[in-house]
Amino acid sequence: MTTSRSITVNHLSVNYRDIQALRNINVTVQPGQLVGIFGPNGAGKSTLIKAMLGLMPVITGIVTYGEDYLAHQLERVAYVPQRSHIDWTFPATVWDVVMMGRVSKTGWFRRFSAVSRQLATASLERVDMLEFRDRPIGALSGGQQQRVFLARALAQEAELFFFDEPFVGVDQKTETVIFKIFRELADSGKIVMVVNHDLGESITYFDQLILLNKELVAAGPRDWVLTRENMSRAYGGHIGFFGHAA
Amino acid sequence: MVATLGSLAMRPELALLNWFFEPLQYSFMQRSLAVAIMVGIICSVVGSYLMVQRLALLGDAISHSVLPGLAIAFWLGVNIFVGAFVAGVVSTVLIAWIPRRSPIKEDAAMGIVFSAFFALGITLITTIQKDTKIDLNHFLFGNVLGVTPAEVRDTAIIAGLVLLTVILLYKELLFYSFDPLGAKASGLPTDWLNSGLMVLIALTVVASMKVVGVILVLSLLIAPGATAYLLVPRLHQVMMLGAGVGVVSSVSGLYLSYYLNLPSGPAIVLVVSILFGLAFLLSPRYGVLTTPVTSRGSSLWQRLLALGR
Repeated sequence: MTTSRSITVNHLSVNYRDIQALRNINVTVQPGQLVGIFGPNGAGKSTLIKAMLGLMPVITGIVTYGEDYLAHQLERVAYVPQRSHIDWTFPATVWDVVMMGRVSKTGWFRRFSAVSRQLATASLERVDMLEFRDRPIGALSGGQQQRVFLARALAQEAELFFFDEPFVGVDQKTETVIFKIFRELADSGKIVMVVNHDLGESITYFDQLILLNKELVAAGPRDWVLTRENMSRAYGGHIGFFGHAA
Repeated sequence: MVATLGSLAMRPELALLNWFFEPLQYSFMQRSLAVAIMVGIICSVVGSYLMVQRLALLGDAISHSVLPGLAIAFWLGVNIFVGAFVAGVVSTVLIAWIPRRSPIKEDAAMGIVFSAFFALGITLITTIQKDTKIDLNHFLFGNVLGVTPAEVRDTAIIAGLVLLTVILLYKELLFYSFDPLGAKASGLPTDWLNSGLMVLIALTVVASMKVVGVILVLSLLIAPGATAYLLVPRLHQVMMLGAGVGVVSSVSGLYLSYYLNLPSGPAIVLVVSILFGLAFLLSPRYGVLTTPVTSRGSSLWQRLLALGR
């Protein structure tokens, strides 16, 4: 069954311009999990998902999904980059961006099918952005832009979802919508991996945490990872974090 | 026939028609117009990608870099379009390679590579100029009134290739130019798409040399798309309106050149620059004169009107 496949990261090391960004990361992620990737600035959180997807070169390491390399199965992947990586003055409408999620599935030299348009419409509806479909993306708020990207990821019909800092600069309504959809995706057997840096209340939404600081500090169930010792190893002991006594 | 035209010219609307059709009786003007229209279209379409990816300087770099290829091709007796294209591609590869293998940034690499190629091109052309009737100025500033039927044919082939590629790869190139990482993560071969885009730019520059020359081609690549970008919100609309702007500029520039005896390349560039200026001032969404200066204030245009009262 496809839903029983997991992601395995084996001995992953990455350099960024001769500086070691990640050192010997080993992690396994089971299907149906909502995974938060946490750590201080420069801990290599974004680098981890980019390296897992083959978006940047690695020094050593193998990342598999099921029986094959993850980077060979990108048609199963939806990836949403940091909002700051995107030029929001680009001449495109909400609809144009969501339809980008259907490009790979559509294939070369073909037009988008009616099914693709229905999927895009349904995805926009799910993030409550359908009425904005003809708006230029530059005319949206940060939260609306992030929901459009979430709709694009949904339209991809992926099994694996990777989000880089999706909660930066978004409003409360957007955060609620995004977490609700993350939960639904995980509950339907998908894997959702989210780079985050906010150690606030929202951390309780995640099933599993990966705590990084250039190397793996801890990974596993939330309560198991969130110990005082792990946090001070990751953040250097100066963190004003008092856990969430369950 | 001449007498008839002369008497018709009395009526103003026919005088205008006459003004329009008179240059067309010359076959050199027909050829120039055909080439100028095709170049106006493909420059605007391909240049739109440069604009949205903030790669305007790369367009400038490629256009300056074609010169040595052109000179070598001329010297060897090969089709100069082929030579220029090869040089354009080689320079693009070098520009991409230098920042990858050293701490030099891409814009510095562009500056180094394109001026080196440009200097080599000028040196080669001045050297072979002595033995042949090749004219450096024609490459630098264009010589659209001197296009040969073979060049019209070559331009048509390039324009067809470029437009067909853009239409066939439109959705992939849109995704790639908007969000290269997202496109790569969805499995698109983004390195190939990027190379394809560079080839399109090189082809377009090569086809445009005759019209505006390598120094001014950047204007035809960027200004029509930038003008349209101020007026319409989607990339394909930017390309289509930009193509309209490009064609209007090329054609009216040529007529200005014919009637006022101006150099044709600069005339075309001046027209497209004026059109951009108009959009910059008067665009309904972004115009300096038409949009409010502050959130609650009136537009500059309204203030000027108020001053007049």
